Amino acid sequence: MIKLIPRAENSKAMIILSPIIALTLTALSALVIFLFILEDIPVSSVFFTLFAEPLLDSYYFSELLVKATPLMIIGLGLSIGFRAGIWNIGAEGQFVMGGIAGGAVGLYFYNVEGFWLLPLMAIAGILGGMLYASIAAFLRIKYQVNEILVTLMLTYVAVLFLQAMLQGPLRNPSGFNFPESRMFHDSAMLPIIWESTRLHIGLIVAILLSFLAWFGIKKHMFGMQIKISGSAPRAAKFAGFDDNKTVWYSLLISGGLAGLAGLFEASGPAGQLTPGLPQFYGFTAIIVAFLARLHPVGILFSALLIALSYVGGENVQIDYNLPSSITQIFQGMLLFYFLACDILIKYKVVLFKKNN
Amino acid sequence: MKYQLEISNITKSYGDLKANDDVSLSIKSSSIHALLGENGAGKSTLVKIIYGSLMPDAGQMKWAGEKYSPKSPFEARENGIAMVFQHFSLFESLTVEENIILGLDKVGLNENFTDEILKYSKQYGLDVNPQQVVGDLSVGERQRVEIIRCLIQNPKLLIMDEPTSVLTPQEVSDLFVTLKKLADDGCAILYISHKLEEVREICSEATILRGGKLVQSCIPQEHTQKELAEMMIGKKLTELARSNINIGSDIFSIKNLSRKSDDMYGVHLHDISLTMKQGSIVGIAGVAGNGQDELMELLIGEKSSEDNVLTFDGEDIGSLNSHERRQLSMFFVPEERLGHGAVPDMTLDENMLLSRPESEGMTSNGVIDWKAVSSFSEQVISDFDVQTPSSRMLAKSLSGGNLQKFMVGRELIRKPKLVIVAQPTWGVDAGSANNIHQSLISLADQGSAVLIISQDLDEILSLCEQIHVLSEGSLSDAVDMKKDGLEKISQLMVGGQKS
Repeated sequence: MIKLIPRAENSKAMIILSPIIALTLTALSALVIFLFILEDIPVSSVFFTLFAEPLLDSYYFSELLVKATPLMIIGLGLSIGFRAGIWNIGAEGQFVMGGIAGGAVGLYFYNVEGFWLLPLMAIAGILGGMLYASIAAFLRIKYQVNEILVTLMLTYVAVLFLQAMLQGPLRNPSGFNFPESRMFHDSAMLPIIWESTRLHIGLIVAILLSFLAWFGIKKHMFGMQIKISGSAPRAAKFAGFDDNKTVWYSLLISGGLAGLAGLFEASGPAGQLTPGLPQFYGFTAIIVAFLARLHPVGILFSALLIALSYVGGENVQIDYNLPSSITQIFQGMLLFYFLACDILIKYKVVLFKKNN
Repeated sequence: MKYQLEISNITKSYGDLKANDDVSLSIKSSSIHALLGENGAGKSTLVKIIYGSLMPDAGQMKWAGEKYSPKSPFEARENGIAMVFQHFSLFESLTVEENIILGLDKVGLNENFTDEILKYSKQYGLDVNPQQVVGDLSVGERQRVEIIRCLIQNPKLLIMDEPTSVLTPQEVSDLFVTLKKLADDGCAILYISHKLEEVREICSEATILRGGKLVQSCIPQEHTQKELAEMMIGKKLTELARSNINIGSDIFSIKNLSRKSDDMYGVHLHDISLTMKQGSIVGIAGVAGNGQDELMELLIGEKSSEDNVLTFDGEDIGSLNSHERRQLSMFFVPEERLGHGAVPDMTLDENMLLSRPESEGMTSNGVIDWKAVSSFSEQVISDFDVQTPSSRMLAKSLSGGNLQKFMVGRELIRKPKLVIVAQPTWGVDAGSANNIHQSLISLADQGSAVLIISQDLDEILSLCEQIHVLSEGSLSDAVDMKKDGLEKISQLMVGGQKS
């Protein structure tokens, strides 16, 4: 028989070991799956394409970083809300709204050159995401409406709103009626930080944001407020924290960062607003945040890991004709094993004989 | 001599911890046998072994002379062992009769038990109405339902876990009449308690455990209360006494505080007034659920009050939150440890920050100085004798008594002008309770005001010089102990007229 017994103190060894165990288990499970579905192809070459190639080939590696950037930025925002027990599931919608708001500013100043344009677009993107998330904050505080439902449902509204805008005010006037905006002009495009790739300055912003978040969470009362409100609401009141403010902070920060990521996507890799702007980053970032145990610096790494599964998944799809759902299977297994292994931080496993 | 239950050399370990180490005791039929010990002494483990919910690692038991090793509580009940738990397991929305039927092992729901219930109710003075809904009953009445539920199974041994901790003095003496009658009728009773005066009053034998080991079996009447307590904790108790009573001017007052509760099952507070002076210890007695939680929320500042209701040191504090109140030197210890006064999943250092006067330098402009925080929590740990390996332990890993010492220490180390404590020794072992009481007294000796809200009447009586009773949301005037005494308090606690 196996029994889980609570530890008095969190196990430091397990904090490090648990991700390694989880990764190993994911790889083993993948092996089993491949053994079943692969017929003529050697498993080793699929593994290589999936896990190693994106890290060894410079183009694939740059794409990996491009995909990791929005995951990092959104994941950081979500992790703050999740610490407080505010479940913003609709980062995807805030991402889209940020893209629309920031993109609209860029299109309004079409062909106007100026260093101020990108910061202005970034601010508009943040505000777009914040305003959209504030609907959920307002409804939760005023009418106790569950923020999970509100944010999730508003995601679909945002996606439809994007389509409406692309068929109306934001449509390219000389675009043959395709539902797409104009391509952004140079001043509205993010600077590229790795020549001849799509890797843009957003990655640096993401890294800076992660250290800012780390400071706020570990070294500032703001982090304590968020953490205490999340794990013991009555204790938060005892400490003199206003629980309504916690809701506002959580949703505004996560919404604002999702909006920023949306703008970065539009004025970075996409270069225009298209119906294809939402790419599930808002949902995948939830996995990213949990894989990092909501740790702001850890999110940088978990975003890279998930981005690896995106790029590797696309490659095996192209090279070996494997289904694209491979990527999702991976992400799902990874999260599953991570959450399971994290139990070992707080509990130890004891084997004992059943005595009758 | 006939023994109903004989336990020999029981040992039970959890990992490295020996919860019971070679414990033996024998319970005679028709006797009330006390099981005494601090929290963590191994009382619950022993009881769980008797009741079949735990298996011992070594040792054996005999039931009426026969070998007895129950594998489940069901088997224990079949043998005639019944137990009344400290926390009742009753469904509030069901009637007394339905609750009793649900507790029985082999009965269909449609059988009629009214007559049976009334029979026991009459025979043992357990006054209940079988058709009443449990949600409407007082704590004392609920306990009677639990007892009847046990009696219906004709037990030979009744185990009672801390039965008097929530009862009024009148209810306690009613309970004792019932227990004595039960014992006279041949039922053995194992009475678990830390209230030594009660044990001396009704128990004919006592077994004392400490740290999982048997300390002594004795006849409680042959020892004083203090001797029993010292056997329990294994060291000498400090005699509680104030060394310096120096009552100063008014420091805190509540004026005509009324508040409708937002909660459906909450208690409305009516017209509460109270004035406290520097250097005084004031007690608010009363049975749980009479408005203590609602009052505490307003005093801490978790809910704001109207203008000119709460005055501290000449300042209207009604609209200040708890953090702002602390800056004026008001500190609080709430009743609930885990989840209210402390966050279970956070370290002691982090919990230190729940209460943070800005003058102390633990934070500046919101930036936390973790070194300063640790040095404060280390100081609390050493000054208040908190047993923990370090200040980085999670709050939930501490025993109730140790966490309570930490929480009381966290507030008292600031030498507050006013401290408001709710149930300071609830579920705390005798040694820790003694420490906590002593620290509250010495705080008052230094000129601070102390307000104690407690259901434990002994605690209020031994500490406070001014006593009020909270009943159904109303606060009595101070009770004149010399003139009216305990009887008046008892009467006020069950909802007598406001004096």
